Amino acid sequence: MTGTVDTAALTAWLREFARLIGDNKSLLTELDSAIGDADHGVNMHRGMTAVLATLDAEVPDTPAVLLKRTGMTLISNVGGASGPLYGTAFLRMATAAGNDASLADGDVAKILRAGLDGIVARGKAEAGDKTMYDALAPAVDTLDAVLADGQPLAEALAAAVRAAEEGRAATIPMVARKGRASYLGERSAGHQDPGATSVTLLLAAAAITLPG
Amino acid sequence: MHKIINDPANIVPDALRGLAAAHPELRVDHENRIVVRGDAPVAGKVGLISGGGSGHEPLHAGFVGAGMLDAACAGEIFTSPVPAQMVAATRAVDGGAGVLHIVKNYTGDVMNFEMAAELAEAETGVAVTSVITNDDVAVQDSLYTAGRRGVGVTVLVEKIAGAAAEQGRPLPEVAGVARKVNDNGRSMGIALSSCTVPAAGKPTFDLPDGQMEVGIGIHGEPGRRRVPVAPAGEIADMLVSPILADLDFTGDSGVIAFVNGMGATPLIELYVLYHEVATILGKAGVGIARSLVGPYITSLDMAGCSVTLVKADDEILRLWDAPVRTPALRWGA
Repeated sequence: MTGTVDTAALTAWLREFARLIGDNKSLLTELDSAIGDADHGVNMHRGMTAVLATLDAEVPDTPAVLLKRTGMTLISNVGGASGPLYGTAFLRMATAAGNDASLADGDVAKILRAGLDGIVARGKAEAGDKTMYDALAPAVDTLDAVLADGQPLAEALAAAVRAAEEGRAATIPMVARKGRASYLGERSAGHQDPGATSVTLLLAAAAITLPG
Repeated sequence: MHKIINDPANIVPDALRGLAAAHPELRVDHENRIVVRGDAPVAGKVGLISGGGSGHEPLHAGFVGAGMLDAACAGEIFTSPVPAQMVAATRAVDGGAGVLHIVKNYTGDVMNFEMAAELAEAETGVAVTSVITNDDVAVQDSLYTAGRRGVGVTVLVEKIAGAAAEQGRPLPEVAGVARKVNDNGRSMGIALSSCTVPAAGKPTFDLPDGQMEVGIGIHGEPGRRRVPVAPAGEIADMLVSPILADLDFTGDSGVIAFVNGMGATPLIELYVLYHEVATILGKAGVGIARSLVGPYITSLDMAGCSVTLVKADDEILRLWDAPVRTPALRWGA
């Protein structure tokens, strides 16, 4: 599989995600204070800072190696639930990326789908549980549908971001059934899910960087 | 924020340096942020590991030592440690009889320990068994949620399973003892204040004067409901009634009654509460075989308390009474 998305594009994606996490660190922690334990922004920031350090040291030759290293770095530095979930997502993306030096548009959808599957396997979340799944799943579905329609990657990712934003907003009235927010029962309703918020940033970063 | 810290980002490593200085009988691996019993690995003994977010001191590092844990993994404040820490701890305590991971039921802890157990078995061939504590009756146990939180019973599981391991019992038996204590344990907590995570710099939630949160966990998260602050007798009832409603605690051997402080509540108030708890249990026909009163599983500077009851039997009481020598729990040795 070859295409336009190479390790330079993926590196730009990770750098942009790190920048967005840094800019939104307080927001993520604030959202997590309301229904969790006030650490999502700090943890993701620590993890992405570690990822940036690996990018500064060396950019691998293939997407698979880059994505795998990113997953391992997140697992080793984030902790909490986000570490295994984001880490597993990147490890699955690495496996799905194969060994070629770059990815075609369809491969981008394929690796994001694999990442979503990894999150489901690790966290066992379903639609409506008020988790990152509720933003990521509709985004991946939209990405597939728009690409199948023959639209270019830029259009498809832009549509995916809109779907993620809608999914993120839809978490507000939900009663959490997974993670620490689930302990609040009905009181978790009325708050936006922090994981759905950070994963929307991951897609927003992809839309800015991956189409080139 | 009034805190005795240098840099909020370094509170965990700074505290581990203090623990190492105060307790030279323990080994502290600063790189991996694990605290290991000085004589580990003990040949032929099952190794006991626990760990979790920091901010619950003395849990878990304060319970490392003879008769209790072999190692504890310290995460960031309220954040699960990462798998590499548990793998390092597993290697450090493996005395050839396998390793037991004691995990509080929180999504992050469970997932990180799960990955660690897979990695440790793959990398080292050590047999790892995990026991998850989930004793908090404030959370309805349901297949559709993350399930009940692991709270106060974790202290008692670590003590009692630790005593079983010290006797040289094999891994399946030590794990069985740990599960029995968890299955026979129930907890409930209240908060009179929130707590301040140093990196956040302000209280996790606002609690107006005169109000309290009922059904809290140990991470400064709000509880299930908010009610006006009540006298100790009523608080004891709010804590004990749901516990007694959840499990039949009557029996010949009685219970281990554990009244825990959340960090900022003074011991004198915990004894006021203990009296009320004992009175309620007496009326309910539940005998108290052993007690533990004090701040053992805390939530930083949260004011509040929790009650844990474990239905005892001869084996549990014998193991409870066995010698223990750790920074925070020490008797008979």
